[in-house]
Amino acid sequence: MSVQNKKVHPYKFNLWLGLAGIIMMFAGLTSAYIVKRSQPGWESFNLPRIFLYSTVVILISSITIQIAYRAFKEHDMPRYRLFFAVTGVLGIMFMIMQVVGFYQFRDMGMIMTGIGSKPAYSFILAIAGLHIVHVLGGVIALIIIFLKAFSSTKRVYDSIPVEIVTTYWHFVDILWVYLFVFFSLLH
Amino acid sequence: MSNEIAIQPGISGHEVHEHHEAHHHHETFITKYIFSQDHKMIAKQFLITGMIWAIIGGLMSVLFRLQLGYPDLQMPWLEDIFGHWAKDGKITPEFYYALVTMHGTILVFFVLTAGLSGTFANFLIPFQVGARDMASPFINMLSYWFFFAASVILMSSLFVQTGPAAGGWTVYPPLSALGDASQGSKVGMDLWLVSLALFVVSSLLGGLNYVSTILNMRTKGMTMTRLPLTIWGLLFTAMLGILSFPVLLSGFILLLFDRHLGTSFYLSDIVLNGTKILPNEGGSPILYQHLFWFLGHPEVYIIILPTMGIVSEVMSVNVRKPIFGYTAMIASLFAIALLSFLVWAHHMFVTGMNPFLGSVFVLLTLLIAVPSAIKVFNWLTTLWRGNIRFTPAMLFCIGFVSMFISGGLTGIWLGNSTLDLHLHDTYFNIAHFHLVMGVAAFMGMFAGVYHWFPKMYGRYMNNTLGYIHFWVTLICAYVIFWPMHYEGFAGMPRRYFDYMGWESFKQFAELNKVISFAAILSFLVQLSFVFNFFYSIFKGRKVTTTNPWGATTLEWTTPIRPGHGNWPGEIPEVHRWPYDYGKDGREFIMQTEPVGKDESSH
Repeated sequence: MSVQNKKVHPYKFNLWLGLAGIIMMFAGLTSAYIVKRSQPGWESFNLPRIFLYSTVVILISSITIQIAYRAFKEHDMPRYRLFFAVTGVLGIMFMIMQVVGFYQFRDMGMIMTGIGSKPAYSFILAIAGLHIVHVLGGVIALIIIFLKAFSSTKRVYDSIPVEIVTTYWHFVDILWVYLFVFFSLLH
Repeated sequence: MSNEIAIQPGISGHEVHEHHEAHHHHETFITKYIFSQDHKMIAKQFLITGMIWAIIGGLMSVLFRLQLGYPDLQMPWLEDIFGHWAKDGKITPEFYYALVTMHGTILVFFVLTAGLSGTFANFLIPFQVGARDMASPFINMLSYWFFFAASVILMSSLFVQTGPAAGGWTVYPPLSALGDASQGSKVGMDLWLVSLALFVVSSLLGGLNYVSTILNMRTKGMTMTRLPLTIWGLLFTAMLGILSFPVLLSGFILLLFDRHLGTSFYLSDIVLNGTKILPNEGGSPILYQHLFWFLGHPEVYIIILPTMGIVSEVMSVNVRKPIFGYTAMIASLFAIALLSFLVWAHHMFVTGMNPFLGSVFVLLTLLIAVPSAIKVFNWLTTLWRGNIRFTPAMLFCIGFVSMFISGGLTGIWLGNSTLDLHLHDTYFNIAHFHLVMGVAAFMGMFAGVYHWFPKMYGRYMNNTLGYIHFWVTLICAYVIFWPMHYEGFAGMPRRYFDYMGWESFKQFAELNKVISFAAILSFLVQLSFVFNFFYSIFKGRKVTTTNPWGATTLEWTTPIRPGHGNWPGEIPEVHRWPYDYGKDGREFIMQTEPVGKDESSH
């Protein structure tokens, strides 16, 4: 191959573009939320505390994946595998806490679906639910890369996949923090 | 990577079984023709799938034009084919709505978005920027297969008992949200939403690759200002798609919630069929329209920008002159792309919008006329005193400019909210967008197919059939859509099943017959293009030189039938812009030729 102009690895560039797309989707949803909020018939709500705890969990997971990424760069494989696994577990914990949060939200009298539901509550389910789907995508990516790390047939020191999943993980983390602050301020 | 593989004809996923033998190279049949990661093969997959969709979508328009032109005619054969959809040989109203809805969906998304961008972005980007393949060939392959899955689901919705989606291609709630409201809002609507969601994923995956290939994979010397305008058009198209399709998806997700989880995002205070009172409260159907048109407007530029690029390139090659105003062309593409995000509410002037807000959108909408006019001016000045070669591709370029002017001018009418009060949802609107983004985009697409066919298959298409195709298409397009302006002035609304119940529209009965006749004729002549395409793959005149059109861009430096990897040796280096035609007494100078010492720079 001849010399090509490569400042950013194309896969990483793909990721950044994809993140731009995801940002647009959530921007669309949250601006719909803002518009609806200013219309009559909007019911205010309080988020269950568990959403605060889940926020802490996903923040910690961002730290652990960063440690794992550093370890990978230093070729410290045991440490990398450990913190990668911890990140995955924290991710799954986060998703479970979110779902529990939805049930608590409903038990507090805020019906999100079916008869008696209010758009304000349904928005929480739709937006946070869509976020869970994105976290799930991250967890699946983590699992695939994690399994590759145990593959004995070949040693892989290509940092691109790890870098991409790390960036993505930080992104869904920041995205949730944004949504949490958004819901807390504009209830 | 083998470069001497002869590209075997017949790459569509549908006809793979017939060609299973006769391959002696190390790529297996499946990796070469079906799950191919070669950008050229993926482009052909998109093109042929798009052509199949175009035939289906076109046939639908023939069926509903039969109803509109000949409302009293009974054709028993229709009942033989469509059963209860065409009782007594007449199309039923439900079938009619399903037809117009699917015609719109298929043509806008499956043909003019996937079939157009998918084909030419995949085919031209690696060739013209000088890359072996896309940034991620695997994601590129996924993009096609998501499109294929979307196609299968949409196709299957045509065969369900209650029929496909039938609320117009924009599927506005509340009609689309309530299964009890109409036949077309039942399972067909769900299939429509799932299909379109997969379609959005496909176009995002494709778009990511197009942008990162253009920005990161250019060969040595290929600066951004040495890119052919095709690439610029495709770059802005992909960016628009990445930023607008996700918003559409979010609108669809909320619609699915309303349909299946009993939420009230779009629903409020509805009495169904005059009897059933729904419990939904607090929703607003206008919210959907905002989310939809935030995509919907960029979408029309997603359709037209690639063809603007194709037309600029093909035109310059065939007038043997540099494109007039290369930088202005890029700047106007950029301006159109940017403005496209700021004008969506002009589709919603009559939804009770604040008139002050409306006037802001009027201003922004009319601003688009400026870059559009710059482009038209540049095309006309490129033609001016050119040494024109009237190939079929070139004729379609000229046809594109004609259509774009005729349809674009009426955009200025519709962009005024005051005029829009009268013209909104009439045949005037139908005429406007069919000319400016329907026929024009098809003309650009045909120009691209005729022009790059030799690169795709190593053979030429038949010119005589090409000329017949062009002239009949051009004349029919005007015969169909020009009279619709008058019908629209008279207030004739779109989407109606039968106009004979209104005294004021009876005067158009004969005109509607003429339109229907031209529509059927133009459909038939498109079949001659399809025949020409497939016949030429196998039997067309063979290409004997690597650069048959005398063009300057990189794809013509590859072998006649390039293998995976495009160039057998090194990727060539680029030394100049792509429009050095008629310079210093030479007819054309390839981009790969170094700038001479005493050569004037452009």
